[in-house]
Amino acid sequence: MLVKIANWAKARSLWLLFINTGACNACDIEVLAALSPRYDAERFGVLLKGSPRHADVLLVTGPVTRQVKNRLIRIYEQIPHPKFVVAVGTCTASGGVYDNCYNVYEGLDKVLPVNLYIPGCPVRPEAVLDAMKLLREKLARGEIH
Amino acid sequence: MGVYLPMGPQHPLHPEATLVKLRVEGEHVVDADVDASFVHRGIEKALEHKTYTQGLYLAERICGICNVAHTTCYTTNVESLAGIEAPYRALYLRLAVEELARIHSHLLWLGLFAHTMGFETLFMLAFRDREPVLDLMEEITGGRVTTGYNVIGGVRRDVDPGLVFKIKGVLTQLKERILKYKELFESDPVIQARTRGVGYLSKNEAGELLAVGPVARASAIARDVRIDDPYLTHEEVPFNVIVYDTCDAWGRAMVRLDEILESINMVQYTLDHLPSGEVRVKVPPFFRPPPGEMSSRVEAPRGSLLHYVKSDGSDRPVRYRVRTPTLANLASVVTMLRSRNGKIVHIADVPVIFSSIDPCICCTARVTIFDERGHVLEKPLNELLDMRRGR
Ligand code: SF4
Repeated sequence: MLVKIANWAKARSLWLLFINTGACNACDIEVLAALSPRYDAERFGVLLKGSPRHADVLLVTGPVTRQVKNRLIRIYEQIPHPKFVVAVGTCTASGGVYDNCYNVYEGLDKVLPVNLYIPGCPVRPEAVLDAMKLLREKLARGEIH
Repeated sequence: MGVYLPMGPQHPLHPEATLVKLRVEGEHVVDADVDASFVHRGIEKALEHKTYTQGLYLAERICGICNVAHTTCYTTNVESLAGIEAPYRALYLRLAVEELARIHSHLLWLGLFAHTMGFETLFMLAFRDREPVLDLMEEITGGRVTTGYNVIGGVRRDVDPGLVFKIKGVLTQLKERILKYKELFESDPVIQARTRGVGYLSKNEAGELLAVGPVARASAIARDVRIDDPYLTHEEVPFNVIVYDTCDAWGRAMVRLDEILESINMVQYTLDHLPSGEVRVKVPPFFRPPPGEMSSRVEAPRGSLLHYVKSDGSDRPVRYRVRTPTLANLASVVTMLRSRNGKIVHIADVPVIFSSIDPCICCTARVTIFDERGHVLEKPLNELLDMRRGR
């Protein structure tokens, strides 16, 4: 019962923490664009937060580089439960164009459990909004918690 | 001496993973260093394993914000190596898109800079004004941010008169907005308090540290690749190099705002004087340039960008080297962050100073391997790939 109430509340206020783990920045600025007036993700209760301790959703862009891996795991551990991980962009999902670079793990799922992938190189802001909507629906249905 | 204070790698005011290491005494920063290695991916090495045609798409993703500058540099470089000549109309179109990308990059910077000052309204306004520019980008090139417009041998698409008319209309509207922002930066007491005299870099220092781009131009050094070493058709398109002598974060902001106005004029001039003809010559996908070396320079939104290529006559480069503007400016920003000559740097000013150089870390991270005695080793770079396989 409590979990249900928590999920209901969560679905209406997804707070994001956003970290670049080796992305080319194009996906980062598209995520920012999704929060800006034209796309206005805030109407879905989505807010950008600065600290892992305030966040529910970890938005990761970029193939995970060796250098940033341990920091990423530490940030993930600092996020209070329940937490969700979204992989933004093709290179986050599978390495994309960086497949064959010596310093990257090809895909975020080699490092963290991922709830949602957003494809695109770079993703479009609409796709980010769609992902947020999908996450909300999944939460409301109790599929993830 | 002092206390060590790390800022990053994850910090709300760094969009990218960067570690700014500060040494502080009370509220004053006495020493600083920047670690930009967190997003190193190894693109230069990966470029050696791709053909010249494939490499273009990786070069584009060295940096998503200045991807047009990177592809311009890459195509100019490879074309001069292989002796391919892009049609004249394509050069004009490349210039127009490059300047549009500069407008969008500077507006993005304006938003992020406002965000670091805590001026969220200006962040939202700048992002709102950036959207029409991205729409134009999308209509011209097919992509909002990563465009894929420049290809070896020309550009991918042509513009038609209807689109030219539309571009001019949007840019004229944008001009008014930029003039408003200039007025805001000149009159708003809060912005003045946060930026005037902050991040001081004197003309001498900027000269010695080889600052590039808006950082150099805000310190009264007229350094601009478009004038010093014209690459597309810059000899024919009139524009001014914007120089301010305030040597601080405010000057850097004004340089960028004025540059947007210049870029708007340049795009309009280019579209008015488009030569007729083809926009692309066909190049076989596996072409082999003759053995040799080549380098090219481009004025990216953040400063001068250098690409170097070495070929051995095969369809892949033997060595590809990229030197990005932020790398050149890191030495300057470290100096700006230190209290010196009676200029005190407060901790609260650090984000403003750091973002005033418009840092783009993802293109900057490089690796150099030293042996115990401090000699740079070239060979282990080749072994890095094996390292990856053995992981
Ligand atoms: S998915 Fe593509 S555009 Fe997005 S960060 Fe990765 S390389 Fe850049």
